[in-house]
Amino acid sequence: MIDPGKVLATFCINGEEQACAFVSHRTLLEVLREDLQLTGTKHGCELGECGACTVQINGVPVLSCLMLAVDAIGQQIRTVEGLADGPALHPLQDAFADLGAAQCGYCTPGLLMTAEALIARDPCPSREAIKQGLAGNLCRCTGYLKIFEAVELAAARMRGENPVPKRETIYGS
Amino acid sequence: MVLDDPRLADAAAGQASAKWRHDVKKEDLRVIGTAIRKVDARSKVSGLTRFADDLSLPRMIYMKLLRSTQAHARIKRVDVSKAKAVPGVKGILTGEDLPTPFGILPVSQDEHALCPDKVRFVGDPVVAIAALTEDAAWDACRLVEVDYEPLHTIGSIKEAVEHEEPRIHDYGVRGNIHRLENLEFGDLAAGFAASDHIREDTFFFEGNTHLPMEQHASLAHFDKDGKLTIWSSTQTPHYLHKALARVLHPLPAHHIRVIACPNGGGFGGKSDPFNHEICAAKMSMLTGRPVKISLTREEVFFCHRGRHPVLMHARIGVSKTGRIKALDFHSLLDGGAYGSYGTASTFYTGALQTVTYAVENYHFRGARLFTNKAPCGPKRGHGTVQPRFALEVQLDKIACDLKLDPAQMRIDNLAPRDSLTANFLQIGSMGLMQCINKVVDGSGWKTRRGLQERTADGRIRGLGIACSSYLSGAGLPIYWNGMPHSGVQLKLDRSGLVTVFCGSTDIGQGSDSVLTWIIAEVLGIDPLGMRVVTSDTDLTPVDLGSYSSRVTVMTGNAAMQAAERAREILAKGASEQLQVPVARLTFADARVFDSENPDKGMSFADAVIAAESRFGTIGTVGSYTPPKSAAKFRGGGVGPSPSYSYSATVVEVEVDPETGIYRVPKVWMAHDIGRALNAAVAMGQIEGSVYMGLGEAMMEEMAYRDRSHKGHRIFVHKIPSLLEYKSPSTMEMPEVVTYVVEDPDKNGPFGAKEVGQGPLLPIMPAVANAIFDAVGVRVDEVPITPEKVFAALVQKRAGKVGRYGPDELPPVNFGDSLKIKTPWQGGDGTAWNEPKRDKKAAR
Ligand code: FES
Ligand code: FES
Repeated sequence: MIDPGKVLATFCINGEEQACAFVSHRTLLEVLREDLQLTGTKHGCELGECGACTVQINGVPVLSCLMLAVDAIGQQIRTVEGLADGPALHPLQDAFADLGAAQCGYCTPGLLMTAEALIARDPCPSREAIKQGLAGNLCRCTGYLKIFEAVELAAARMRGENPVPKRETIYGS
Repeated sequence: MVLDDPRLADAAAGQASAKWRHDVKKEDLRVIGTAIRKVDARSKVSGLTRFADDLSLPRMIYMKLLRSTQAHARIKRVDVSKAKAVPGVKGILTGEDLPTPFGILPVSQDEHALCPDKVRFVGDPVVAIAALTEDAAWDACRLVEVDYEPLHTIGSIKEAVEHEEPRIHDYGVRGNIHRLENLEFGDLAAGFAASDHIREDTFFFEGNTHLPMEQHASLAHFDKDGKLTIWSSTQTPHYLHKALARVLHPLPAHHIRVIACPNGGGFGGKSDPFNHEICAAKMSMLTGRPVKISLTREEVFFCHRGRHPVLMHARIGVSKTGRIKALDFHSLLDGGAYGSYGTASTFYTGALQTVTYAVENYHFRGARLFTNKAPCGPKRGHGTVQPRFALEVQLDKIACDLKLDPAQMRIDNLAPRDSLTANFLQIGSMGLMQCINKVVDGSGWKTRRGLQERTADGRIRGLGIACSSYLSGAGLPIYWNGMPHSGVQLKLDRSGLVTVFCGSTDIGQGSDSVLTWIIAEVLGIDPLGMRVVTSDTDLTPVDLGSYSSRVTVMTGNAAMQAAERAREILAKGASEQLQVPVARLTFADARVFDSENPDKGMSFADAVIAAESRFGTIGTVGSYTPPKSAAKFRGGGVGPSPSYSYSATVVEVEVDPETGIYRVPKVWMAHDIGRALNAAVAMGQIEGSVYMGLGEAMMEEMAYRDRSHKGHRIFVHKIPSLLEYKSPSTMEMPEVVTYVVEDPDKNGPFGAKEVGQGPLLPIMPAVANAIFDAVGVRVDEVPITPEKVFAALVQKRAGKVGRYGPDELPPVNFGDSLKIKTPWQGGDGTAWNEPKRDKKAAR
């Protein structure tokens, strides 16, 4: 039986084609998490207020709770599941893990996707640029400081530098 | 096992052997104190951590709750017939289906999973509906007809005091008073008589909420074998297990399995058993299908259990040099609609004042009121945050009155280490002096305070100081019994894998990793190579839960004991095989070897094989029970802890003297945590506390919309969304200079105390004190919004007292106090005027 209430579409997610039939009013967030079981992308409000659901569409961070899935057809969708390169973590993931920038880890996927796009735009972001760039992602655990430091660390590693985190970042003053 | 039961060898549960004493030197530790990754770090940064809402099961259906639209009303009629007819609906529950009340504390079992006859706040659940899709469940909810008969709404502390009728609950002290406490330690009159200076101040701390990024979710599955499993975002699987067993009776407790998923933040907000969890379980039993519920953000605001709004009055007497002679402290708590942890919260508003500064004579009166708001409960710093604000601001005012340096005055008042306080709390290690010195030096306090420097944009700078202390877990369990608070089991595999089983729940604070660090240190293995199985009531020994900062000390000690027992068994096996005496064996780098000849040894895996060949399958257990408290009076159960953490902060503000708008550019925070088990993780906890404290200080509040509509009062949460409930973003987060102070405590694993609740507390008063330093006005109310600063500035300009805050407390009759002699009066921890208690009845 053909269900007229559903859309059958193929998405390009993390470089792979994935077909899916879904109710047409579903958001991209719902389709990713519930229809495709890509639960790495989180939600904190489903109203565009927290940034937990951030994914990249053609390299640009987008709140997947505010985007209809039908609008993502034919676009390059990237989620946290597509960040690591095989078994190797992305430098941002490594830096977040090293500095404890993920406490509960719930805001982390959204922050990683936002930060990745930020570094792609600006490989050497200032602290102010990082603050501005991540301002739409709420985190209740970390106080953001370890996140800023992790983004700086990852950006430096991605520039081919070999930075060591500051002593006071880890051990305090 | 052929060995003597090692449990007999170290019968004093939780006491570490000499090798792992609290004061072991840093250089002798390989894992503890380093900054290794958390055991679950890779999953967390990969989006692979499975939170409750990430789970699904075949044939799963979705549940929604219809919630009350009335603040206080009797339910006259519930008609679900139209909802039943919605295609896809599989099950409907109403109050009749879940008649047994529950609640976190044995003394306040006052909640129903679905309100049977009365609703007590906008958001109270009335009907649960499960359907094939979430949309269908919502649609069906909208078709339920509920007739309410409105009752008078109680909207504030004052209203609750003034209106004995209608009662929100039919239990409690009287009227709408839930709890009344009145405790007097020492001789207040004598203390005030001996004082050179006496001050009285009134404060208000508005409620605020945890706002975890993860919305609560649960998945329940009643299987065909008659067993129930529930996965849930809970900090307290053990207590959820208890509540389920109670409400779902006659389903036997041992047919119920609670698995707490990693929490996407908790902060105390997921510590109660919740109605949605119980409904999901019951719905699964009704429909025979797995049932999922994920709350909307608005519903998370209704779950609440956050900071109590508290009105406080403090009368304090000091000597000329600022030494505290007497403190008379009053608190009135707005509890919201249910009991929750409220009894404990009430006591906590009076418990810890004495743990930072020596208070010679102390009188505490506290009352908790019921109101028609979302229920309040424990939020980071549980009940101690509001009085800490009052005390630290009042001390600042005293210092100003007496022209003393507020930092020095605090140092002069410090409670001594290894002492008993006026209310019989046992202080152990106490690094507050070091904390104060760190932030005073770091911030340039001595030279920069009181300068009222202008910034380039015309703002005025100010510095404020404040201190605090916090518990490392509650000394008494919620259900009084003689069993341990925390248990750990270890399984040692022939591959060398060590698996740890423990009931504790990782809410982001890193408790899973704490287990691995301690065990890895004792067994000389790589913590990242271990397997952790936690928070599963079927598989793991009980841990009471991730609340009151108890996990590091309590599960830590239990883990230490289990690891030491495993080490003992392995050492015996290895000793026989290597022909090296046990005392000479070292466990390090995943090897067991002769410390005098390191080449002579074996791998850790071979040591397991040697021991298993000799003694059979290897498994050990450890458990922890806190030391007995010296406080024996009624109410003395709240406050005792194995140890107390300390914090001191200096906050810098820049205030616009025209508008009252201010910003916080920099914070210096020092936290005495006994010992940092992991440096980076401890830092993260401290920074997170500073952040959350700033949110409370500057903007966060549970505001209610109070309107009248056609003669009917509308009383509803004003801003139940992440956008409108303001919390600090990256843009508001200041620079933080963190000092980790380590004053090892003998009750902690490797000397560790709590980390991460304590440093929240001094932020709010330090902000208030800094604003005074900058522009000379007092805001005696939290949050300290620019409007309030502005209002105080206007007063000041008009030549009046530059202050914003409440004037008085509504009068409450507290009755006679329990009178307790202080330790220095020769008191024994009992109240001399307490009527004899029937011990059995008390339980
Ligand atoms: S879930 Fe999309 S912004 Fe919050
Ligand atoms: S790490 Fe918990 S919300 Fe960011």
